[in-house]
Amino acid sequence: MVARALGKKAGRAVNLLNYLNSFLHDPAYWHGQDSVWQRLLQHCEYTGIALLAAAVLAFPLGCLTGHTGRGGPLVSVLATAARALPTFGLLVLLTVLMGIGFLPVAVPLVALAVPPILLATHVGIRGVDPAAVDAARGLGMRPMQILLQVEIPAALPSILNGLRSAAVQIVATATIAAYVSFGGLGRYIVDGLSEYDYVQVVGGAVLVALLSIAVLGLFAVLKRVVVSPGIRAR
Amino acid sequence: MSTTKWRSIIALSTAAILSGGVLAGCSSSSSPAKASNPLAPAKASAGTVVIGSNSFAESTLLADIYGQALAAKGFTVKYQLNIGARPVTYQQISTGAITLMPEYNGALLDYLDTSVVKKAAEPQTSTAQVDSEVSADLPSTLEILDPASAQDNDTLTLTKAEAAALNLGPGASIADFVKALGTQKITIGAAPEYQTKIDGLLGIEQDYGLNPAQVTFKPLDEGGSLTEAALTNGSVQAGDLFTTDTTIAKGSLLTLTDPKNIFGLQNVVPLVYKSGLSATGVAALNAVSAKLDSATLLSLDNLNAGQGQDPATVAKTWLTSEGLI
Repeated sequence: MVARALGKKAGRAVNLLNYLNSFLHDPAYWHGQDSVWQRLLQHCEYTGIALLAAAVLAFPLGCLTGHTGRGGPLVSVLATAARALPTFGLLVLLTVLMGIGFLPVAVPLVALAVPPILLATHVGIRGVDPAAVDAARGLGMRPMQILLQVEIPAALPSILNGLRSAAVQIVATATIAAYVSFGGLGRYIVDGLSEYDYVQVVGGAVLVALLSIAVLGLFAVLKRVVVSPGIRAR
Repeated sequence: MSTTKWRSIIALSTAAILSGGVLAGCSSSSSPAKASNPLAPAKASAGTVVIGSNSFAESTLLADIYGQALAAKGFTVKYQLNIGARPVTYQQISTGAITLMPEYNGALLDYLDTSVVKKAAEPQTSTAQVDSEVSADLPSTLEILDPASAQDNDTLTLTKAEAAALNLGPGASIADFVKALGTQKITIGAAPEYQTKIDGLLGIEQDYGLNPAQVTFKPLDEGGSLTEAALTNGSVQAGDLFTTDTTIAKGSLLTLTDPKNIFGLQNVVPLVYKSGLSATGVAALNAVSAKLDSATLLSLDNLNAGQGQDPATVAKTWLTSEGLI
């Protein structure tokens, strides 16, 4: 009632904060087997596995096409096609075809993460100063040495950007695992919606947003640590 | 570096604003009718009936059936199909944006009356009882018309393999199942809310004595393709399919009977926005409901969802054969 008196918009905001407040103060969410910590751990697990699998697929391919300068069109076709895949549709389709399992959950997440990693790696390596590559060749470096010692370090900011956007997208999207009986933070959103329990929905959504921000922070730190200071300055 | 920093700040704040908007959107469905919502469609004009449906095949089929019956009586009928779940459609009909929704009386009562305690104390025993409780809970602008005898209820359905393993055949009840199961474990797949509903797992545990420790619950969808597939391919041993689901017959699944009536009653019933429908319209809809029984609904579902025929065509053929249009 008070919320409605404040006007519709303010009312919604108050509602939202009330929901969040109830979520944060309900001990049922913070202890025991299905606690927030457990869900968070599951969410990080799904994200980690999908990101790793996507990196294993996309990074070498991006290095290859970026280094040789061939296959640029292939990369863009692959990346665009993968981006057009409806993640949710793929999840349900694979679960119906293969039965309930982690593979039907992982495949759409990997498909989501491959394009940003592939594109960023390709573009990053293509964009390395040709003079530096020439100099490395002049010093007698072999192609593999050029890739590992010159191109990848120089392209690292771009590659990390690709990994970062892939990671954030997976964190946000891994919520759909809950639709096919898996855990993770999506459990709160899916269960809350089906039980009309908006406290749970808001709590879950805020946790996902916070995790995304934490991932962004992690990559900012990573960039400081692994990118050579000479490149960072530019 | 500084541009990147700015960019991420902008991106973050944009994300925050967007997610705020989305969340606010979610929360709004819990608040009552908002006539000033600029996105809400205008109220249907007089003489025009707007029919909505939830996002599953049978709801759309029923919308077509009721809609064509009205069209035959000279009403201008507009369809807003596959809108979503009950919270959304109920909000739409309470503002008058929709005039008519095919509903199920038990599920509608569950939605209007969310107190689990009350539901446990007052089991749904007869169509008349459920309908009168629904009517008591509805605002004065809405009413339910005569119910059809056709029901589409939740179930506990076993896979072929599980039924064979427990030596259960047609006619077996949930009580027989709990007895045959003994202390063995069972994996049950259904919509997430099935786990916490009195007309779901909670009722099976309370009224039939299934031990919660025996159950591994897999939250899936509401009698949709995921649950159907999980039961057909054995990812779960039991699940909740609707009584009119054609998968049950096709997959030789065993639907357990429910002598204690925990799943209540789910008669098909039109929910209408009173001022949007004249007495002629009400009479036309009641005439349709009078002819619609469970066997008919199952066979129409089979033509539509099972064989992939267009719901409008299925509706028209049936209405014509019954002399309703």
